[in-house]
Amino acid sequence: MAGVGTAHLRPADEVLLQVTDLHVEYSAGRGRRVRAVSGVSFDMTEGETLGLVGESGCGKSTTARAVLQLPRPTSGRVVFDGVDLTTLRGEELRRVRAGLQMIFQDPIASLNPRREVRDIVREGLDIWPDHRYRAPENGRDESGGGDPGPSSPATDRVRAVLGSVGMDLDEVGNRRPHEFSGGQCQRICIARALALDPRVLICDEPVSALDVSIQAQILNLLEDLKELYGLTMLFIAHDLAVVKSISDRVCVMYLGRICEIGPTDAIFDDPAHPYSDALLSSIPQLDPGGGTEDEVLPGDPPSPFDVPSGCRFRTRCPRATELCAETVPELRAVSPGRFVACHFPLTASPPDAARHEGGATSTPSAATSSHP
Amino acid sequence: MSHSPETPTLVVDDLRTSFTTARGELKAVDGVSFSIHSGRTLGVVGESGSGKSATARSIMNLLPPGSSQSTGRVLLDGRDVRNLPRAESRHIWGVEASMVFQNPMTSLNPVMQVGRQISEGLRYHRRLPREAAMRRARELLEQVGIAEPDQRLREYPHQLSGGMRQRVMIAIALACEPKLLIADEPTTALDVTVQKQILDLLDRLRRQHRMAMILITHDLSVVAGRTDDVIVMYAGRVVERAPTLQLFTAMRHPYTKALFESIPKVAHPSHTRLQIIQGRPPDLAYLPPGCAFAPRCTHAQPQCLGESPSLSGSDASEHRYACFYPAGTAEGESALAGNRAAGQTAAGLALVNGPATAGGGAV
Repeated sequence: MAGVGTAHLRPADEVLLQVTDLHVEYSAGRGRRVRAVSGVSFDMTEGETLGLVGESGCGKSTTARAVLQLPRPTSGRVVFDGVDLTTLRGEELRRVRAGLQMIFQDPIASLNPRREVRDIVREGLDIWPDHRYRAPENGRDESGGGDPGPSSPATDRVRAVLGSVGMDLDEVGNRRPHEFSGGQCQRICIARALALDPRVLICDEPVSALDVSIQAQILNLLEDLKELYGLTMLFIAHDLAVVKSISDRVCVMYLGRICEIGPTDAIFDDPAHPYSDALLSSIPQLDPGGGTEDEVLPGDPPSPFDVPSGCRFRTRCPRATELCAETVPELRAVSPGRFVACHFPLTASPPDAARHEGGATSTPSAATSSHP
Repeated sequence: MSHSPETPTLVVDDLRTSFTTARGELKAVDGVSFSIHSGRTLGVVGESGSGKSATARSIMNLLPPGSSQSTGRVLLDGRDVRNLPRAESRHIWGVEASMVFQNPMTSLNPVMQVGRQISEGLRYHRRLPREAAMRRARELLEQVGIAEPDQRLREYPHQLSGGMRQRVMIAIALACEPKLLIADEPTTALDVTVQKQILDLLDRLRRQHRMAMILITHDLSVVAGRTDDVIVMYAGRVVERAPTLQLFTAMRHPYTKALFESIPKVAHPSHTRLQIIQGRPPDLAYLPPGCAFAPRCTHAQPQCLGESPSLSGSDASEHRYACFYPAGTAEGESALAGNRAAGQTAAGLALVNGPATAGGGAV
């Protein structure tokens, strides 16, 4: 695993966001390079939620930030709505970026403690006063009720997005972040992200810092807002059950590469990559009788300074052979819409037959040839 | 909570801990009682502010002096350890009872080699000479599954991965062979694969050393497979207590049930709507009269707003719950049905059927 390749990408005119062969490297001093992301490709159609999972250090947050050019990737293309973000500079880039917004893990740290909620949510609107919104059916919402204060397009927008996260501008507008709980701060962060009517919302561990009962509220809210605003979401979480609950497709990453990508339920029911399988077997079971003490995945991931040759997972993989040390596995179809980067995937059907099947049903794999 | 006649390793009786803050008295632990026998594991489940960590710190004598008050009895192997003279209590904490914390990086000393940190307790409490203590530290590292222990002994915490740091913490906690080990969210900061390794390790060590263990977590799935008994805490009180299997078979307290239902499950297909608990946990400085969960509870009746339920249940079972209208009982189900019919609970919480509207989570 931990493979490369672009066989899984769908035709460029069908997707809203396409990331191709993304590499991100950091300099770590003394001439050493951290290879955080190495050849990751994925795409998202409009309205789709893609979940990114993997252990810490696998490059999922780095990938998400590289999409926003924060920082710019070392190489690779990020095409959003027909525009390659990696070629843009200055104001051009900033203007396009308004269409891609992000929410973070620690909601309290993401808000400026000295500013009032109304200013926090409104800031983007002040920076882009001529911002064009999408069709009126998107983003229209009833305001929080009460006496509507002084009205302007920006105030109306702030009122609407706060209303859509369950908050009333008149009640919370003049308050500052410290007056709110973590869950409420996350709602404010979401409202701020939605103010400019973005098409893509990137969520980096948005519920990991929240209590269980609040986590469910925020997850339901994100599902509702996705519907209401027609959002396309890239959702990162280390909690596999959370990712499963919210994603249409899931992408499993290990040490900077993709192991497996495909429809959520299919991957969770029947993981094809040995790493996905190990990850899923590690989830604590909510069944008091269950649970085994088999060592599912011994050891720690290798250092990103010194990544293994070939498949990066091979040092911990029970199925690894010499082939895995020599050749980097490419992502290939195992069933329609499902792609695995492994020389020895855990699926019954041989990969060649699956690829054939994939092509016959004109699923994404059929588009392989149309891609660089 | 166990059937064995021997003295429990730990007895906690009517523990009450409060903190003095600018906003007034904060009741973090409000009358908690339980006991654990050797070789058994008790899970303590609750959200932030439920008092689970304050309970652990009260037991371990780790409360900040001056700004906290704590009453109640703590018996370790039948001996009251709360009011011992300093000379005696010195060799109890960290020796007979020890603790593993959530964040191993902040619990370890960053400028001290791992070997010295592990042997420190052995030299001080057990009076072992330096070489013997170091040999024992090496054994401990092997026991907690660290490869190349000789090299690791000379390393500093920043050279280790998160999982290895937690293993070192466990080695330190086990150094003096404690009778009781309290693990406070030991895996919350770790990845799911490492979480399993650490929980399996704690389980194995508990059996080998016949320790009593308290596993504190916010995650019901962590206690599900790994504890003998569970207590669920809310706003400083135990709201439900039962043998683990029994708890997961029949959750009686509406909070336990709601907490369980609000967790996303891997067994459910994606996009399954989550059941939410409306509102948020109460402010411990201004607890509502009556049951603290009543304002968020779908079963709430007028009685719940005025009276505080005590922990009770049928004598035949060890299952106890602090609720007037428990789930799965005739009273509870009729209370819930009545609230559904009225569209709201006695506390004024609106009950919505079907999917909530956007923002229906009412923070």
